[in-house]
Amino acid sequence: MNPVATPFFFYLLSATMIIGGILVITRKNAVHSAMALITALLAQAGIYLMLYAPFVAGVQIILYAGGIMVLFLFVIMLISIERTVKERQFNKQWLVGIAAAAALGGLFIAVYTKGKSLFPEGRVTYGEGQNVQDVAALLYDQHQGTYMFSFEIASLLLLVAIIGAVVMAKKRI
Amino acid sequence: MESMLHISTLHYLVLGAALFLLGVIGVLTRRNVVIVLMSIELILNAVNLNLVALSRYWQGMPAYLGGGPGALHGQVFAIFVITDAAAEAAVGLGILIAFFRNKETVNIDEVNLLKW
Repeated sequence: MNPVATPFFFYLLSATMIIGGILVITRKNAVHSAMALITALLAQAGIYLMLYAPFVAGVQIILYAGGIMVLFLFVIMLISIERTVKERQFNKQWLVGIAAAAALGGLFIAVYTKGKSLFPEGRVTYGEGQNVQDVAALLYDQHQGTYMFSFEIASLLLLVAIIGAVVMAKKRI
Repeated sequence: MESMLHISTLHYLVLGAALFLLGVIGVLTRRNVVIVLMSIELILNAVNLNLVALSRYWQGMPAYLGGGPGALHGQVFAIFVITDAAAEAAVGLGILIAFFRNKETVNIDEVNLLKW
């Protein structure tokens, strides 16, 4: 099935993401920033759906918008926000920061305009297949499971992160 | 106009670059550690968007080049990046809580214990 109104949804979702990102880095209140970030993440899940990646879209919603952002909101509640709202929000290097970001943006623009032939332009109309099954085959399958070892390493990384978070947040060990 | 109405992989890459820039500006200029961590999440999301967009492009490549319907390596990498982001957020926020307990602030300019 070909997607309908792809340009409309692309520009809608990308505008939501860009505006959400701008709000994240400009709001004083960290809770408002978190809300804007959740909006941007949900819009990005929509973009993943447009790219025929339903599994990554589901992981994005469940893990990012559901898990990580709840963690952020918990920590914002634990630390006092009344005082930080009154403080100066941007540091003294903001001019240097903007200059560095502008240089990076100029680099991106230069790369994208000069090397246009390097980047894929072609339109891909690929029907919906068995995305979840294919991802699972790459992760777990005995014969073509290229990423099985990496998957185990990722679980080890999560274990280390759990222990690290507990050790850091505990008052006395 | 034609190139605006025809959404190609390059459009997604440009969107990812814009998000990456927003994240970099946030990391470099904000003073609140929580918002700096959120900007890092923005950067990781920009990388994920690039990975998934190029994965879809790769699916359209011929099979002898490694393309085809099963070529979902970019999406698998995006899942690994999401795992990484979860670990990073957990440890970073744990460090932030320990820091707040000691210094009673979340201002990143006060994080200077290891400075000399």
